[in-house]
Amino acid sequence: MAEPFIHLAGVRKVYRARRSEFLAVSEVTFDVAAGELVALVGPSGCGKTTLLKILAGLHPHDAGEVRIGSAAQPFDPSRDIGMVFQQPLLLKWRRVLDNVLLPAEILGLPVAASRERARDLLALVGLRDAEAKYPYELSGGMQQRAAIARALIHDPKLILMDEPFGALDALTREKMNLELLRIWQQARKTIVFVTHGISEAVFLGTRVVVLTAGPARMADNFLVELPHPRTLDMKTHERFGEYTRRIYRLLGLE
Amino acid sequence: MGANREALQRYSLAVLSHLALVAAWHFFVVVGKVPKFVMPSPLETLNALLVPNYRWLENIAVTGVEIFGGYVLAVVVGVGIALLFSWFRWLELAIMPLLVSLNMIPKVALGPLIIVWFKYGIGPNIMMAFAICFFPIVLTTARGLREVEPDLLDLVRTLKGSRWQVFTKIQLPGALPYIFSGMKVAAILAVAGAIVGEFLGSDRGLGYLMLQVQVTLDTAAMFMAVILITLLGGILYLMVLALERLFVVQDARLG
Repeated sequence: MAEPFIHLAGVRKVYRARRSEFLAVSEVTFDVAAGELVALVGPSGCGKTTLLKILAGLHPHDAGEVRIGSAAQPFDPSRDIGMVFQQPLLLKWRRVLDNVLLPAEILGLPVAASRERARDLLALVGLRDAEAKYPYELSGGMQQRAAIARALIHDPKLILMDEPFGALDALTREKMNLELLRIWQQARKTIVFVTHGISEAVFLGTRVVVLTAGPARMADNFLVELPHPRTLDMKTHERFGEYTRRIYRLLGLE
Repeated sequence: MGANREALQRYSLAVLSHLALVAAWHFFVVVGKVPKFVMPSPLETLNALLVPNYRWLENIAVTGVEIFGGYVLAVVVGVGIALLFSWFRWLELAIMPLLVSLNMIPKVALGPLIIVWFKYGIGPNIMMAFAICFFPIVLTTARGLREVEPDLLDLVRTLKGSRWQVFTKIQLPGALPYIFSGMKVAAILAVAGAIVGEFLGSDRGLGYLMLQVQVTLDTAAMFMAVILITLLGGILYLMVLALERLFVVQDARLG
């Protein structure tokens, strides 16, 4: 592997309350090449969201090494991160287009070019006709599409997604998985995707990182060798089953 | 078209129920032969407007100024204080409990004191309207400014956005529905405040007029005064509703 885009080695994070300590993340070591889609999978309390916040620069880590960016892909933490959360968190009082533009406004990017780009992104996520609508006029899945477009507006190199489809119904979620893969392939971004859905992790990820809880630590890190573009019938492939069984075993479910 | 027809139906029903109330009132007075000094008919009430001595226009103007003045003052000061609270947390911790305690004082009980301090006039009544409607505005505005999604703050922080950007792009627009909800409550309270002020000590205004005509048992004029006060409150409330429609997206409006 050439110089990785993300390099994590022995990352550890402990939350300290007044007299108790809580180990949130430990023994996390993995590298990510530029353009990968990494799925972080694990049960509640395994530290996946914490790890995402460490990557976002929102939380400091206590030990280990966290390095993002490479000579080929320099990384500017103030404008190379796009975030998508479990809730779309669109601003109710802004039309969809203006919601997508929020990061561009905060960064002070040129207005006209940003609007142009926002329209392109809305087309990319399948919301071409929704730019003038308010969030409440959109379904949950459509709101999350807008949130993805918002995460892409400033053309960041790294997209961090925290269970972005966790609040959607099962069918919409399947559909959004396919959409995300399509968007990822067109936008050519490195994505770190947190989920507790085992099959979702295998289906989306070029790499899966398995985190376990109690104590929180990294249990596995492997490449998913399924061809791209992925299709739903791959979920019935033998190899897909092997990957999911491997994760089930690690999480003590088998 | 469908929506239009539905709206038309709703408005006509509302107008009808109001007219029905007036009709019932008229019927009750005429059929029941209720004496005029107990309850005047709608027409007799309207006739009270013809008594030039009562200086209706001037009294309406005075009460209107008191209500509007006290209300605008309360909105400006109330929202201002809540903004300071959200910028300086220690200020909120120190002052908010004090405001809660002060709000426990029945404002009406302050009336005699206000008269001692400020004498009669429009000024003290504006103060009364202000005092009675200022607190709900502080409370709802402060609440609205606190209600920011932590994840949205994270989003801005990853972009190294400033506190000012958080305030102008997320916090303040997010608080607007709360501010308007407080303003709607306050609009009704402001009317009560101004009238109480006039009852306690005044030489002008609709509340003052009511006390004057009470002595001569001109119940029709008292009815008319109550109706006009209600209309003043209604106009203020409608103005606030119109502003809310202008500034707050339908989905975000609070009751």
